[in-house]
Amino acid sequence: MLKRNRLAAISASVAVSALVLAGCSSSDDTATDAATTDAAAETTEEAATGEDVTITVATVNNGNMKDMESLAPIYEAENPGVSINFQVMEEGDLRSAVTADVASGAGQYDVVTIGAYEVPQWGANGWLTDLTPALAEGDYDVEDILPPVREALSVNGQQYAVPFYGESSILMYNKEVMDAAGITISNNPTWDEVATAAKAVNTDDMAGICLRGKPGWGDLFAPLTTVVQTFGGAWYDMDWNAQVNSPEFIEAVTFYKDLLDEAGQPDPVSYSFNECLTALQNGKVAMWYDASVAASMLEADGSPVQGKMGYAHAPVKETAESGWLWSWNLAVPVSTKNQDAAINFVKWATSKDYQQLVGTELGWSLVPPGARISTYSIPEYQEAAAAYAPITLDVMSSVNPVQPGVNPQPWVGIQYVAIPEFQDVGNQVAQLVADAIAGRGTVEEALNKGQEIAQVAGDAQK
Amino acid sequence: MKLKASLTTAMTWFLVLLFFFPVFWMFLNAFKSEQDAATIPPKFVFTPTLEGFQLAWDRGMATYMANSLMASIGATLLILLLAVPGAYALSIRPIKKTQDTLFFFISTRFLPVAAVILPLYMIFKSLGVLDNIIALGFVYAAINLPIAIWMMRSFFLEVPKELVEAAQLDGAGLFKELTQVVLPLVLPGIAAAGLIVFIFSWNEYFLATLLTTSDAKTTPPFLASFVDGRGLFLGAISAAASLASLPVIIAGWVAQKQLVRGLAMGAVK
Amino acid sequence: MAQDQAVGVIKPPSMDKIEKRQAWKRRSILLPALIFAILMTQIPFLVTIGYSTFKWNLLKPDDFGFVGFDNYITVFTAGDLWPSIIATVLITTLAVVLSLLIGLFFAILLDRSFRGQALARTLLITPFLIMPAAASLIWKYSMFDTNIGVINWFVTSLGLPPIEWSTDYPLATVVIVLVWQFTPFMMLILLAGLQSQSKEVLEAASVDGAGAWRTFQWITLPHMRMYIEISVLLGTIILLQVFDPIAIMTKGTGGTKTLSYLLYERAFIGLNVGEAAAYGVIAVVLTIVVATLALRTMFKVFLDGGGK
Repeated sequence: MLKRNRLAAISASVAVSALVLAGCSSSDDTATDAATTDAAAETTEEAATGEDVTITVATVNNGNMKDMESLAPIYEAENPGVSINFQVMEEGDLRSAVTADVASGAGQYDVVTIGAYEVPQWGANGWLTDLTPALAEGDYDVEDILPPVREALSVNGQQYAVPFYGESSILMYNKEVMDAAGITISNNPTWDEVATAAKAVNTDDMAGICLRGKPGWGDLFAPLTTVVQTFGGAWYDMDWNAQVNSPEFIEAVTFYKDLLDEAGQPDPVSYSFNECLTALQNGKVAMWYDASVAASMLEADGSPVQGKMGYAHAPVKETAESGWLWSWNLAVPVSTKNQDAAINFVKWATSKDYQQLVGTELGWSLVPPGARISTYSIPEYQEAAAAYAPITLDVMSSVNPVQPGVNPQPWVGIQYVAIPEFQDVGNQVAQLVADAIAGRGTVEEALNKGQEIAQVAGDAQK
Repeated sequence: MKLKASLTTAMTWFLVLLFFFPVFWMFLNAFKSEQDAATIPPKFVFTPTLEGFQLAWDRGMATYMANSLMASIGATLLILLLAVPGAYALSIRPIKKTQDTLFFFISTRFLPVAAVILPLYMIFKSLGVLDNIIALGFVYAAINLPIAIWMMRSFFLEVPKELVEAAQLDGAGLFKELTQVVLPLVLPGIAAAGLIVFIFSWNEYFLATLLTTSDAKTTPPFLASFVDGRGLFLGAISAAASLASLPVIIAGWVAQKQLVRGLAMGAVK
Repeated sequence: MAQDQAVGVIKPPSMDKIEKRQAWKRRSILLPALIFAILMTQIPFLVTIGYSTFKWNLLKPDDFGFVGFDNYITVFTAGDLWPSIIATVLITTLAVVLSLLIGLFFAILLDRSFRGQALARTLLITPFLIMPAAASLIWKYSMFDTNIGVINWFVTSLGLPPIEWSTDYPLATVVIVLVWQFTPFMMLILLAGLQSQSKEVLEAASVDGAGAWRTFQWITLPHMRMYIEISVLLGTIILLQVFDPIAIMTKGTGGTKTLSYLLYERAFIGLNVGEAAAYGVIAVVLTIVVATLALRTMFKVFLDGGGK
């Protein structure tokens, strides 16, 4: 017994010192951020004079990134002494690992791949290097970046990241199936039109439409938020009051659920992009509402539905457009010790020359979509991507991330709310909605609970 | 009698193969192209390809496996070094302190990894050991030590008192008592415990993902990096997972050879 | 001490002292393990407790400060704790019981010599060797999927509609994968236990004419008690912390949001260091309470265990 008490006393003192230690290390980082950037500048000057530099890039397993990895040796050959170290991670892990690194100033990554959701927040936090001056230099032509995408990556006129991949959402349908049923889908369909068509072609063997149901702010709620917004609803109003159980939001979610019930694929909770892709390619569904990049996969050689697909803008109800906007972007954290080299690489990997490089080395259909306007003027690309390039450019140029819905909103972003709490809020509400889709509870109950959760986050913004 | 034995063997094999089927399917998928791995209906006959393995190899799988080996073997050896004497000490005549100590050991496993991972990250950062495979190995040893101690202790408890006392009367010191008399009898148990600890270290995911960046990255986060939100990946990840499971399967094979009856307690008289 | 006296042995005082010193020497070889465990586990735990008293969200670096018990109040009032405890108890109990029974069954089947037994045993261990995330992915796509999964291919070729695993049966989905992965764990321990039975006792029993079932009931099962207890205890401790099947297949819907998945959401997605730490401390306290009750009342391996 006595031994235990002694142990407790020792532990307590260790605790105090540990707390102090831990507290010191974290506050030190925020206080000495300025000092670190100065030190970083010094070391990068050294690097520029010829010391070997390794740029560590944290990134997702995205097709365009895989291509970038295979072309990196060309960059290394052109920039002797620089080697690029790609660290590929699963999307969720990437977010946590990079956030922990950047927030604590650990400085393990020189270039990070982050989404349009994170860029404005991290930029405002002072975590990312302002790239505006660097991008204005030389023949980079920053104005060539698709305006809506650029808009989403800037805070107060300063741009904190550059896109290497962009997407919006489109409606995809199997033209053969539609023709056989005598249905024509217009280029700007309404949701009612789509629902009618889906129910008409729905059979036991082939579902009418594939819609995401996997619980997650980026899975279910990417398409669902666009549906909510085109039905006149929104996550928050201008005063940050949550609108999750507003009549429009409820109507939109009920519509989505009913469409899944009546003409959707079985086991919706397990479906996201990949599962719908497989289903559509194998003739298990006739229509699909999802990311524009899907078109390039459906039209690829070896796809069973190549040449059979039709594409249209994202279905609307009360707005003119309802496509979402997402981009994967390269940013340089301020905690990097190789700032100049990192910025150099970032510019190279998103330049016009790089696009040409991908086309000639890897194939013209692999040129990164949705980042630059000039991509869509390259003759070889136009030819290789004839089936899906026009609709992608069309849709991505017409979406408005500032006010995608009927009413104004206090953040920039379409299928997400650009606040740090949204990942959590979106996930929680998505889980509630998924339970409602599965028949465990009503949509109203789910959204009422979601309203409470969202309101807590909304209050934190006021 | 023979018929009954054959029937039992047949039934055993049927059940084993059924249970093994998902693993078999994973091995099969490893040789399929992405399109073949996602067909309706599932393909049993197809043209095999090595593209999944090639991709895994090109992405540096060898380095990550080497890191995993270092961390896992290191942790397992350290655990064996600490747990064998520790468990033995806890298996001799129990006193109240034995119960308290045993409970303390198992209580170190009560804290969920997700709760301690960010504090651990901060500690590692202030010690400057982020992305350090040796530090990771130490953490793995600490996490799995309680399991090894509890498991090994239960095997030590099986050793008959008389054997130990006979050795002591013969003048054997503690070291000889442990290594020459007791250990040979509990080898199956030690093998099982060592294997389990090795597997847990090999497959550990959370800490490996957050506490390593590039130099110390192990196989589990590497496997996860195949997950793609915009494209099929089942073939590639099956290939990588198959490769990743080879070392543990070999370890399993070696360990299960120790689980052979014949080392029965009553054999030594 | 009591045992010596019961036998009626009177020892001279010096012998007693020597025995005590010998016993202490034999117990002292525990020290390296003990010191290692204390250093490596208690320091992070204390830091965790410390962090739980701070308001600290990595995504909101300016909003940082000491808040005492506020995080704990949030944990208790947010309404997520109780459902997650129920989910944890449900899933863990089902997984432990089922994998124990199936593991015991397999251990008995493999406890005899037959053709290819080494291969059979290795094959049976493999589910436990596969990385949990990979195992969950294989089950999600190759087994459960409505289109490309083998189970639904079998079901639909019988003319039935596909089974909607994640949507309709989330609990079963999670438990099946866990049982598949942990049965080998149970089997390993139980097989070691079966192998350590005294051959002579078993031979004596069969010579005496006891049938297989009676031998099992009266000789094997009592011998196995300790191994069963160890498997249940360790299996429970480990299963309490699993979350891969939930993260990959159900994301916590349908009553599958266990405490460990809830924690994962707070720590990895919410990046809320303070709240995650508070959840962790509460998890430890709850587990200590349950474990103390269980160990001190039921587990023979903890209560007497030995007596050398």
